[in-house]
Amino acid sequence: MLRKLFKFHGGVKPQTNKAPSTTAPIAPVPLPDRLVIPLHQAVGGHPRPLVQPGDRVLKGQRIGGADGSLSSAVHASTSGIVRDVAPALMPHTSGLTTLSVIIEPDGEDRWAELDKLNYRSTPPDELRDFLRDAGVVGLGGAVFPSYAKLKPGKEGHLKTLVINGAECEPFITCDDLLMRERAGDMLKGIVAMRHMLHAEEVLIGIEDNKPEAIAAVQAAIAASGEAGIEAVAIPTRYPAGGAKQLIRVLTGIEVPHGRRSTDFGVQCFNVGTAYSIFEALELGRPLVSRIVTVAGNVAQPRNYEVLIGTPMDHLVRLAGPRADTDRYIMGGPMMGVRMPAFDVPVVKATNCVLVGSPALFPPPPPEMPCIRCGECAKACPADLAPFEMYWFSRSKNFGKAQEYHLFDCIECGCCSFVCPSHIPLVDYFRFSKSEIWAREREKDAADTARDRFEFKNLRQEREKQEKAEKLAAKAAATREKVAAGDAATPAAAGAGAAPAKPSGDDAKRALIEAAMEKARQQKAQAAPKNTEVAAPEIQAEIAAIDARRESAAKATEATPPAPGA
Amino acid sequence: MLTALLVMASIAVVLGALLGFASIKFKVEGDPLVDQIDAILPQTQCGQCGFPGCRPYATAIAGGEAEINQCPPGGEEGIRKLADLLGREFKPLSEEHGVEKPKSVAIIDEQTCIGCTLCIQACPVDAIVGAAKQMHTIVAADCTGCELCLAPCPVDCISMQPIAETVDTWKWRYPVIEIKAAA
Ligand code: SF4
Ligand code: SF4
Ligand code: SF4
Ligand code: SF4
Repeated sequence: MLRKLFKFHGGVKPQTNKAPSTTAPIAPVPLPDRLVIPLHQAVGGHPRPLVQPGDRVLKGQRIGGADGSLSSAVHASTSGIVRDVAPALMPHTSGLTTLSVIIEPDGEDRWAELDKLNYRSTPPDELRDFLRDAGVVGLGGAVFPSYAKLKPGKEGHLKTLVINGAECEPFITCDDLLMRERAGDMLKGIVAMRHMLHAEEVLIGIEDNKPEAIAAVQAAIAASGEAGIEAVAIPTRYPAGGAKQLIRVLTGIEVPHGRRSTDFGVQCFNVGTAYSIFEALELGRPLVSRIVTVAGNVAQPRNYEVLIGTPMDHLVRLAGPRADTDRYIMGGPMMGVRMPAFDVPVVKATNCVLVGSPALFPPPPPEMPCIRCGECAKACPADLAPFEMYWFSRSKNFGKAQEYHLFDCIECGCCSFVCPSHIPLVDYFRFSKSEIWAREREKDAADTARDRFEFKNLRQEREKQEKAEKLAAKAAATREKVAAGDAATPAAAGAGAAPAKPSGDDAKRALIEAAMEKARQQKAQAAPKNTEVAAPEIQAEIAAIDARRESAAKATEATPPAPGA
Repeated sequence: MLTALLVMASIAVVLGALLGFASIKFKVEGDPLVDQIDAILPQTQCGQCGFPGCRPYATAIAGGEAEINQCPPGGEEGIRKLADLLGREFKPLSEEHGVEKPKSVAIIDEQTCIGCTLCIQACPVDAIVGAAKQMHTIVAADCTGCELCLAPCPVDCISMQPIAETVDTWKWRYPVIEIKAAA
């Protein structure tokens, strides 16, 4: 049990505020009047809708199909009727809408037919497709599709599978309660993951402020009799639950800039993800609900088992929000983001709804100039120099900010937490990152446009050339014909006075003459219609009509019709 | 004294030959300055700068025949980047060449389109698909918003629509926080 643990750089120790929400067990949530299920809930492509307004759906029925190489399916969280498939406000700071399926529950909560799977006898590719279609994504907050991570590295096996039960962020206790109440089932999920990754050992990292959870997991491991799985108590220090930080603490491996943990034989999953993998494989249940902590400015903070798509205010009402509530924050106080409204839905990424009030989270004191004290660099768990990145982000010098490895920043908020000048450093980093992404997109678009423009010019040039060549070839052919005709018919001899050296004008005239001659011949040929087979009397009639027509034509030629007639 | 001179002279000859060889061997194709300028220009290919496309404008800037403030789609930021690159003074966008507009794409009203193909011929990036007497439509992902297809349309069925923000393109705002004056 005495395993050597390592330390990660930096980190802070904010007040945990976890105790109040751990006193009561996970509670169910009564069905809301309507569920708003966004189709885009995970990293990767936007799933396409599989249902239409008016359709009847069952719980666990797929309503959004995975689209693209990295994408994860979405399911109906209860049985009912699809009221609409339309853009709806999403739980995102931007306040933008996203295509969502709006379901009116019928109250029966009836499951669809579920496919179970024996993961031990299923080939890995099929298993991954199954998990993609079960909508299993990382529940620690990153919502990265799990199937894409369930691939052993190049060597075909993994040294260490790290399971993240650290839950370092203040207020949040959903993983704690999960481990206390469902350790056995979670362990089955871990065993399945271990099987898929061919992992030698499994380390479950849990912060030492959760003794009940550690005991429960250890008991479950003992009961299962699995070897090589260990629950490790790690020192409580924010952000020990960051993937890189936890890997560092448990294995001592420091994943350098630009590399992946699998390159070092380590992969990391959240405990909630392990539980949903158990549900998907052993019960056949796709990811339709998750545990959410409701904490902050409420009378009774607690954890709930919440259907995806449940409006947040419906959930928070159960915990008794206080009157001065003015905002919801999705996630914790360090990394959470403010919601644009109270009725946004709970999604797969929602580990906590933190209810805020001006008293609980007073507005930050005004920003003061950076005194370059270096506190932020001391606290940064990613070993960055936040004050340098701040300086360059502030002056919009994004190239320089990137040189200081801006994209290694995990937005943990440690630097803002310690900054004596109260600089909202993370806000600057988020701003910089999204600006850089926008520039990348613009650059890509410009490159495509440049290519297409150059191609169009090339094409036009080529078409012009081809046309010219065709014309030249045709002209040459006609000229030859004209020359041949000259020799045979003396009638055309006058026109082709000098056929040997066709100077510009002569050649043109010859061509025109030839064309006119051709037209004349065509006209002449057109005269005898299919009249050869007709009876003699009919032929006579036709001749008479032709004669009449000719004389009529002559008459009109002689007396032109009055203008306007 | 003489040996020293000789040694120096022979070193000079050898190095000179090396440099000459290197300049031939590693000769840079094309004009790097034009490429650098072209990389900054937005590639909308609208011709508002007075040149038939971004690259001709880049060539003109590099040749000193054009000012750096003639590209409305590039906007102020583009001018700043050009000024930085060329070491010239920043100047505001020249008004005679147009104004900066939000990024848009063209949309064809498909009910009105008569299939004349005139817009296809105008589009610099082949973003319009259609055939004679068939309805035409615009591939929004390829449209640069240059507006060149608006004028040729005989039935005025093409309009520009600003690109709406989505979660994928949304950007965090610059933190606006009151800065306390140092006492
Ligand atoms: S902690 Fe704040 S004041 Fe100190 S160096 Fe970092 S940004 Fe500057
Ligand atoms: S938010 Fe980024 S820069 Fe700040 S401490 Fe965390 S990782 Fe470091
Ligand atoms: S105005 Fe700008 S975008 Fe338009 S063609 Fe000229 S350089 Fe290109
Ligand atoms: S579709 Fe119209 S606006 Fe868009 S690139 Fe082509 S010509 Fe320009």
